[in-house]
Amino acid sequence: MDGDEIYLDHAASSPLRDEARDAWIAASNLHQANPTGAHKASRDARRALDDARDVVAAAIGCEASEVVFTSGGSEADNLAVRGVLASRGGTVVCSAGEHHAVLEPVEHAGGLTFRLRPDGVPDVGHLAEILGSAADVSLVSVMAVNNEIGVVAPLGEIAETVRERSPGALLHTDAVQAVQWLDVADATQEFDLISITGHKIGGPVGTGALIVRGGLELDPLILGGGQEQGRRAGTPDVAGAVALAAAVDATVRVRHDDVARVRKLRDRLLDGLVAGLGDQVVVSAAPEGDMSHIAAGFAHVCLRQVEAEALLFLLDSHGLRASAASSCSAGAQEPSHVLASMGIPRDLAIGSLRLSLGPSSTRADVDSALRLIPQAVERLTRFGGG
Amino acid sequence: MSPVGERPNGPVMVAMSGGVDSSVAAAILQEAGHEIVAVTMKLWGGESDTGCCAVSDVDDARRVADQLGIEHHVFNFGDDFERDVVAPYAADHAAGRTPNPCIECNRHLKFDRLLNRAEALGFSRIATGHHARIVQTARGSRLARGADPGKDQSYVLHVLDQPVLDRLMLPVGSMTKADVRRIAADMGLRTATKPESQDVCFITNQHGRALFLGDRIPLRRGKVVDSEGHEVGSVDAVELVTIGQRKGLGLVGGTDPHYVIDIDTASAVVTVGERSSLDTASTNLESWQWFDEPSTGSVDVQCSAHGVPARGQIDVATMTVRWDQPHRRIAMGQSVVAYSDDTVIGGGIAARP
Repeated sequence: MDGDEIYLDHAASSPLRDEARDAWIAASNLHQANPTGAHKASRDARRALDDARDVVAAAIGCEASEVVFTSGGSEADNLAVRGVLASRGGTVVCSAGEHHAVLEPVEHAGGLTFRLRPDGVPDVGHLAEILGSAADVSLVSVMAVNNEIGVVAPLGEIAETVRERSPGALLHTDAVQAVQWLDVADATQEFDLISITGHKIGGPVGTGALIVRGGLELDPLILGGGQEQGRRAGTPDVAGAVALAAAVDATVRVRHDDVARVRKLRDRLLDGLVAGLGDQVVVSAAPEGDMSHIAAGFAHVCLRQVEAEALLFLLDSHGLRASAASSCSAGAQEPSHVLASMGIPRDLAIGSLRLSLGPSSTRADVDSALRLIPQAVERLTRFGGG
Repeated sequence: MSPVGERPNGPVMVAMSGGVDSSVAAAILQEAGHEIVAVTMKLWGGESDTGCCAVSDVDDARRVADQLGIEHHVFNFGDDFERDVVAPYAADHAAGRTPNPCIECNRHLKFDRLLNRAEALGFSRIATGHHARIVQTARGSRLARGADPGKDQSYVLHVLDQPVLDRLMLPVGSMTKADVRRIAADMGLRTATKPESQDVCFITNQHGRALFLGDRIPLRRGKVVDSEGHEVGSVDAVELVTIGQRKGLGLVGGTDPHYVIDIDTASAVVTVGERSSLDTASTNLESWQWFDEPSTGSVDVQCSAHGVPARGQIDVATMTVRWDQPHRRIAMGQSVVAYSDDTVIGGGIAARP
């Protein structure tokens, strides 16, 4: 309606980084040739693809041969869960707060889920219980940073529990939201399978990778010409891989400073909302006020007596792009399974608002949000929630 | 910079189902210069094969909005729909009533819920693609039949009261369906030849009412008796029997056809009679409401969505409609709507005989 766009939806998709855009366009122009061919154009494309693989491997802390480029996070997650099931069978286990790209394949295969604690952290005690009672667990999957609430999972503790209770099980983490905020190489050392994506870190939509630790048996989802070490057939998207690598590289280079800067903005945003709205606002994963377990870019709140759908409409009409829980394929807001697993009652979860910041976020964005959100909430409260 | 939620130009929120009528309603309003925003309400989250509430309908609505160059949003009113329409529908059947869920959906969702949401978002008016008209009388806005007698939806909208009618626009109500389709075709709207949805959106043709209700309420076997009380048959689920039904009653063949003339759900007894005993001189009513002063003489009374009205007198003292000519019995729970010429003047619900 008026003013510039205030983009606070980085967790849904973060604007393309210049480095990624430049690399993408250059590679699209240079490397349209099929990298599996033998002639010079193919060899050049192959080299660009393998250079990209090296960059991703260095950032995630794995060997280049362990990087399987995919069409994004959902494919990587599906390849991990369904690939392990196809090659090993057994029972797959994940947290109840996983992204649907893990949750759906796990539930589809009759797998088991363990709950989140009220502060959104995967409940390792409950995981231990589940592992104790389930026979033949083949995979445990826990996302590194939750895509709705931004909670960082205790991956080390989870790995230790799994090694102790189900020593034969593989470990997968969906690290799609983590590359921006964590040292993923350090955090995922114990993990056998790691999903990443391009568009949460300023790379193109439709790019991603699954890290598959050396020699691990994993059936491919896509059969064909044996590309990507036989794990993912199809002519490789060279330009996409190059752009993904550029985005990963740029993200990791500035991560330390970016995290500190964004965390300050995020804290300013949450402090401002609490100051403006008082008891009406609940920081979803910080029931006791402690936010040390929440990644720097995430401000997820529940607003009492307000419906997210109406709130997002008002904010959108004033240029503020944000989101609530997950949207269904029709575009309607659906109640969040993450908040439900934390024990947040449905009538509170209806008022959920996810503001997610990223590298391009500014103090002006935060100040605009702090001007608009309390006004919108006040109006909707006056109209019975919207 | 305007305050959050205030839209100075009196914009209209158009409910677009993805069908041709609401597509054309949006187009007409836009043509007339209104600032409009389109919304599709997602009501039923379960199975559906009756062409309603499906993702493809939302897609159609969005693509028509795209073509017209208007904003499109989806509102998820699934919880409200379950609470205000689906749950009462099941409870009504459990109580032996034959409800019309579309009327409750219009009352609670299409209008109350959407209107409240629209107001909260700064929209003073809403519009839909229903075939009915809003006429101005000396006493305010009243609902009248749509211009196309075959498509008139005033019966299922009769529950709308004055405050709703004052803020509602029905742009296609004064057009025939053929005109609506012609406009859609002329504009190249993708919904121009789309078939219309007819059935209750949450009951699938494949599985039917029995399976749907069986999941939600206990279905009990019932005894079928004749008017003297002799047992003549049985039904699997007394909750699924409707007045006028003649099949599935376990009756011995070779006799004259028998019809259900009464259902007592409490004691699980269904009474059948001959064709002539299906007719009645009067029908009991409940929740009757006149929009203006009570009408004392005979008026047109309509008892189903596309039924032909019959003449009858509404007596509020005894809460009955006394039919000028014997009238087929009306299933308890059906809406009864009175008209003066084309204008809705009152409405209520058929009660237990």
